[in-house]
Amino acid sequence: MSDVLAVVEQKDGALRGTAREVVTAAAALAAELGGQVHALVLGGPGTADGVDGLGAFGAEVVKVAEHAALAEYHPDGYAAVVSRLAREGGYGAVLFAATGEGKDLSPRVAAHLDVPLAADVTGLTVDDGTVVATRPIYAGKAFTQVAVEASPALVSIRPNVFQPAERAAAGTVETVEVTEDSSTWPTRVVSFTQTGGDIPDVAEASVVVSGGRGMKDPENWALLEELRAALGDAAGLGASRAVVDAGWRPHGEQVGQTGKTVAPRLYFAIGISGAIQHLAGMRTAGTIVAVNRDADAPIFKVADYGIVGDLFEVLPRLTEEVRSLRDGA
Amino acid sequence: MNIIVCVKRVPDTETRIRVGGDGQSIDPSGVKYVVSPYDEFAVEAALRLREANGAGEVTVVTLGDDASQDALRNALAMGADKALLLQGEVTQDGLATARALAAEIGEQDAPLVLLGVKAADDDQQQVGPMLATLLDRPCVTGVSNFELKDGVAVCRREVEGGHQEVEVDLPAVLTITKGEFEPRYASLKGIMAAKRKPLDKKEAAVAESRLRVTTMELPPEREGGRIVGEGPDAVPELVRLLREEANVL
Repeated sequence: MSDVLAVVEQKDGALRGTAREVVTAAAALAAELGGQVHALVLGGPGTADGVDGLGAFGAEVVKVAEHAALAEYHPDGYAAVVSRLAREGGYGAVLFAATGEGKDLSPRVAAHLDVPLAADVTGLTVDDGTVVATRPIYAGKAFTQVAVEASPALVSIRPNVFQPAERAAAGTVETVEVTEDSSTWPTRVVSFTQTGGDIPDVAEASVVVSGGRGMKDPENWALLEELRAALGDAAGLGASRAVVDAGWRPHGEQVGQTGKTVAPRLYFAIGISGAIQHLAGMRTAGTIVAVNRDADAPIFKVADYGIVGDLFEVLPRLTEEVRSLRDGA
Repeated sequence: MNIIVCVKRVPDTETRIRVGGDGQSIDPSGVKYVVSPYDEFAVEAALRLREANGAGEVTVVTLGDDASQDALRNALAMGADKALLLQGEVTQDGLATARALAAEIGEQDAPLVLLGVKAADDDQQQVGPMLATLLDRPCVTGVSNFELKDGVAVCRREVEGGHQEVEVDLPAVLTITKGEFEPRYASLKGIMAAKRKPLDKKEAAVAESRLRVTTMELPPEREGGRIVGEGPDAVPELVRLLREEANVL
């Protein structure tokens, strides 16, 4: 019998979308391991006010570590606090989201606790008391089943894969004292410069609109952005390697083996032919839509729905139809 | 100042992957191997620093079998000064890898250790921060550019929605991503010179993997290939299918 710790993220005091996914995945594990789910949120003063919703996704206890020095993610501080609480709680498993923050934090915690980390997993089961993770490798060209032979079993889960499930329950919120001395944390975050606007990262967006060389010119991204905006706040922008290499789009948007591996509910590949390393990076998406001039493009082999045609005619029409659908809804 | 760069030999990203007879690893026949692309950024960053400073050595280190010497020779051909092959098994257990690296790097006089932000095979993004934690050094991940000023690494770190400026005192570990450090091609002269550069081998103490692979499979084929229609006239039907059949709009 052992409890599971779900490390969840907040931004400006509000829980991130992945928080429910991590707690849901933790609840499924806890049911197998015969324990409870403890969610852990780190943040600045006042964080506790916004976290009580986690009970509805399976967290029996929501632990909140509030400290001015934890208001923004800090690699040394977060690793120290999470490692201490993970150790004190005697957990059977500790789960993170494989977000930018989670990918920076979880390996540090693993090293502090001297346990391995199964990163960016797309499935979790328990076999005779051992946590078994599904890990895509080669950016999704193959999948491995990996038995995590350590306690606690440390796992980061890929965003959008574990669907949050609500249940009729409420968790209790506990405040955790932060005893760490922030003056000993060696990393100094000097500044943050926002460049991407307020849209979700391609690795976390539940809907992704990606463009490739068929877009012909970086100026034409305005058309993709219009479709993205029509699809709502949860939609993000992606790009093929070709257009990133050409300098049209930032590397942070690149989908594929030398970029990000994504698993959105809905993926639009616009003017992307479908190189093998791109297909590897998006093939676990729920529904794939492709628009391409070339009917023989490899992208159509993985797309659930394809339109063959000039994207400069198809794209505006698609934006218009999506917009009117959402306005009507 | 001496710099250590950790590299990994991985299948080329354009390679098609097949599962080997054991059902737990890939079939290596016909696979072209390369230095993991992110590690090449790290090698490039180290070479530029050495060139700017005019002193110090760049040592490339890898954990692996004899075949991993290819990756080291490639880095030497780019311009690294010497190489070290730590002989031992590489598994998905990044902490075992980080421990083997830490045991060696902790003994070296190299205040800056660089790695690629992730390896293009396992894609776990973990060895760099684990290595740093084991060495009790600070680590900045996802660095697209940095400079050294009076013993401080001033890093540009790519994060969601923008970038950060992050500072750490040396000794430190940085993991490098695509950005400023577009890797140079090895010149013919560099390739010839690489053959004469020192490449040491050393038995590494690698703990048994605690991430035990039980099976490896190819992903299920997607049942794609459904063309809804041609041109903009097909859009209303596409939207209907997305709404009513796929239930995603």
